[in-house]
Amino acid sequence: MSKPVATQAAIVATDEAPTYSPQVLRGLGLKVDEYEKIVELLGRAPNFTELAVFGALWSEHCSYKSSKKYLKTLPTTAPWVIQGPGENAGVIDLGDGLAAVFKIESHNHPSFIEPYQGSATGVGGILRDVFTMGARPIALLNALRFGDPSHAKTRSLMAGVVAGIGGYGNCVGVPTVGGECQFHACYNGNNLVNAMAVGIAQADKIFYAKAAGIGNPVVYVGAKTGRDGVHGATMASAAFSASEQASRPTVQVGDPFKEKLLIEACLELMNEDAIIAIQDMGAAGLTSSACEMASKGGIGIRLDLSAVPLREADLQPYEIMLSESQERMLMVLKPEATARAQAIFAKWDLDAVVVGSLIAEPVLEMQWHGESAGVIPIAALVDEAPQYDRPVAALASPSQQLVTLTKPVAILPALQQLLASPNLASKRWIWQQYDRHVGVNSLSDSGAATASDAAVVRVTGTRKALAMATDCNPFYGAADPYIGGAQAVVESWRNLVASGAKPLALTNNLNFGNPEKPEIMAQIKAAVTGIGDAARALDYPVVSGNVSLYNDTDGVGIYPTPVIGGVGLLADYNQRLSMALTQSGLSLIQLGSGDNSWLGRSQYLMTVEGQEAGAPPSVDFAAERQVGELVLALNRQQRLAACHDISDGGLLVALAEMWLTGAGTDATTSLPLNVQLNPDLPASDAGFWFGEDQARYLVATLHPDQVLAAAAEAGVPALLLGQTTAVAAAAGATAGEMVGKLTLPDGQSITRAALQTAHEAWLPAYMQG
Amino acid sequence: MRAAVVVFPGSNCDTDVVTGLQTVLGIAVDRLWHKQTHFDAAYDLVVLPGGFSYGDYLRCGAIAAHSPIMAEVKRHVERGGYLLGICNGFQILTEAGLLPGGLRGNAGLQFICRDVALQVANRNSPFTCALPNADLTLPIAHHDGNYLIDDDGLKRLQDQDQIALTYTTPVNGSVANIAGVLSANKRVLGLMPHPERAVDQAVGNTDGREIFLSLQTTIGA
Repeated sequence: MSKPVATQAAIVATDEAPTYSPQVLRGLGLKVDEYEKIVELLGRAPNFTELAVFGALWSEHCSYKSSKKYLKTLPTTAPWVIQGPGENAGVIDLGDGLAAVFKIESHNHPSFIEPYQGSATGVGGILRDVFTMGARPIALLNALRFGDPSHAKTRSLMAGVVAGIGGYGNCVGVPTVGGECQFHACYNGNNLVNAMAVGIAQADKIFYAKAAGIGNPVVYVGAKTGRDGVHGATMASAAFSASEQASRPTVQVGDPFKEKLLIEACLELMNEDAIIAIQDMGAAGLTSSACEMASKGGIGIRLDLSAVPLREADLQPYEIMLSESQERMLMVLKPEATARAQAIFAKWDLDAVVVGSLIAEPVLEMQWHGESAGVIPIAALVDEAPQYDRPVAALASPSQQLVTLTKPVAILPALQQLLASPNLASKRWIWQQYDRHVGVNSLSDSGAATASDAAVVRVTGTRKALAMATDCNPFYGAADPYIGGAQAVVESWRNLVASGAKPLALTNNLNFGNPEKPEIMAQIKAAVTGIGDAARALDYPVVSGNVSLYNDTDGVGIYPTPVIGGVGLLADYNQRLSMALTQSGLSLIQLGSGDNSWLGRSQYLMTVEGQEAGAPPSVDFAAERQVGELVLALNRQQRLAACHDISDGGLLVALAEMWLTGAGTDATTSLPLNVQLNPDLPASDAGFWFGEDQARYLVATLHPDQVLAAAAEAGVPALLLGQTTAVAAAAGATAGEMVGKLTLPDGQSITRAALQTAHEAWLPAYMQG
Repeated sequence: MRAAVVVFPGSNCDTDVVTGLQTVLGIAVDRLWHKQTHFDAAYDLVVLPGGFSYGDYLRCGAIAAHSPIMAEVKRHVERGGYLLGICNGFQILTEAGLLPGGLRGNAGLQFICRDVALQVANRNSPFTCALPNADLTLPIAHHDGNYLIDDDGLKRLQDQDQIALTYTTPVNGSVANIAGVLSANKRVLGLMPHPERAVDQAVGNTDGREIFLSLQTTIGA
């Protein structure tokens, strides 16, 4: 039996029989019944350090106690999956001995409290998850959601989050190549910051967290431990109230310079035969890294907390166990390799200290200046963590009411309005602050003629490239969470296909409100079911993920936002497909669906009509697969000059995006180009031009006959929409007209310059306030 | 031609420069560690790459300018060697006093990553002599590329033909739109744009090749 140690004054405890008030328990994120279970598991009352360790590991953030039941239903295997969920990141086989390692993770709560550091450390954490497994990170992506632009906090939150993501990613030298950003009032009190990292490893040199070898040293590497982030995992597992500013000390501070050193040192050490197990210290810090390594190895771990390098001398054992100070790793080394490891870390000016060893008895044993600070069976912490089958409300049946348009339809003004609306406006202001080029493997660049639906990053020294994208449409999920989950999967799949890649696997970030509310659990259950059904139907398994619950402020939750990060492979990067229209004589063809009509939950309805109404478009997995495979086949046959998936904003927005891409405000301006739509198309049908029916791509081709024939053969609806034409020099033409114009079926037209201005102006003007 | 790239802690474009020089010039390129106090006098070209040396804490390039290898870098210049500083490397060169002026935070106070159009102000230097007679487009990626120099210093740069490259339109607030500066003897060049990111047709731009080829023209294969 361990001797309880002196702890915080706040504790209502004596040495002999510690008892804890409900307030103390709540401060550690524990409920009274959970405390009772701890006492039962230990056969005694825990001391405060032990209690704090339970509180951290049993938090929603670490234990997935509300969502695990549903996460288990997701498809996680395929012949190309090397490692599914449960490790630091997912791993898939790329052939030729290479593997891709990737994961997405949220830093929603910290980013709302302190946007710069919250988002920066989100990037740092996800990078560690990837290089911990032996992969060199080659790309970062993100998925951001902010409140209504008119909300008082939106501008400063966004400025801070974007600066934080850039500040960290730019410094570590990993290009930020993709992402998405949307606005809605449901995020006023809870912005979302999801960061994804992708790395490349040798398939036979993946590193895991499974500890082995009684007596082997446990080595702590990286930054010193401070008070920052103590209770971070608990904070991320609680809803906000108006007083959330008091949580500021629970946000960690990032040091991307140290992370860069850590990446180089760890990858250098991984080339030696030295590491048995490795785990980054993420949420719940030393507690979770030590317990996870021990649990996976079925072994125990002894930690001497007095050996941990400290930033502040007076840290208590429970603070050392819970600190979420950044840029720290824990590893189990082969004893004979310890000196070599320390030499490598010394070269990179990093601390590396032996802080413990592996023991046979499967317990977490904490020591403090020669005395026991606590002993807890690993199984009690990890395997006995509560799992809740929380009450699930019956889902309000998705709204089926038909959409009634209240305003006269005017296609060109609507197009201009949509392209300038917050959710569809150019996000140049954001991505221009990210180094997208470091590594010189970014083969598609935002806003350039090389841009594609997914970011395409070459694998150094090979012909291969990875395509990757993040996607979610929370407006669909708000109306029907099942569609929200399923549609996010198919849209990410389409974005990979539209870049010429074969989709391989996905990582998901489930952002939801308070799971203690049955209606939120209903959303989680439905969205996860939708993700699972779509992933199964497309052979697109889930290999890693993260759950962020309690995105709820003063009782109001966010829209269900299940973000999907997809990864696909191009066997030869010359197969990549851009979305930009860069030449005349191209035929524009819509592939898929054919029923252009669905305005429910569309951007048109929200922006032009001011309505959030109706049901979202339905998702047809078989149709998605059929049209996606046709696009990939046409691309292999080199029939396509450009391709873009038709999603938010519908057909005409997709066409405008293809046309505007590459004609940016940067130094390079693409050639003048007209787009002429065929006169036989419905001239003023909002559903036709702005409907968001799924399973559609817009392709540009020099071979329309072959494309139409291939579509007919595959049974995929195809619709010839129009052509790109050269701009003829005309006397008296304005400079804007000289860059090209878009002509509708009824002859009305708009210049590219006018659309470009509408598209590019909103965000910079908004940020200037 | 023998070339080497210095690796500081926090350098993150060192590999890109090594690869770029190897690809364009077909030469082997060595890496030098910042803790070295000496290196081979036979190097014709030494490159200080981009990145965030020492985290760019204190001030961009300020700590690296005092790192152990810099005394030898100065001797390399005194020996008549060629020295190229790209982005953070440029910042280090100004902090080390190897180039005049300084680099402060961009006007607008944001990191900027985009392609920029550049005018070649001096076509006769060892770094620019092979450039075609046209503007260049190169990518930039920096937070502190706002070149500052006083009027007398600017006049000296102009009189001695030390301005290598200028932005064709204002980008970051730099005095006289200066993007790249030469030493008086033209053997040291610091520039904010990244030529090594524009040497590969796969990324859609090869305008950076000619800067490396200029060096080969000057120094020889």
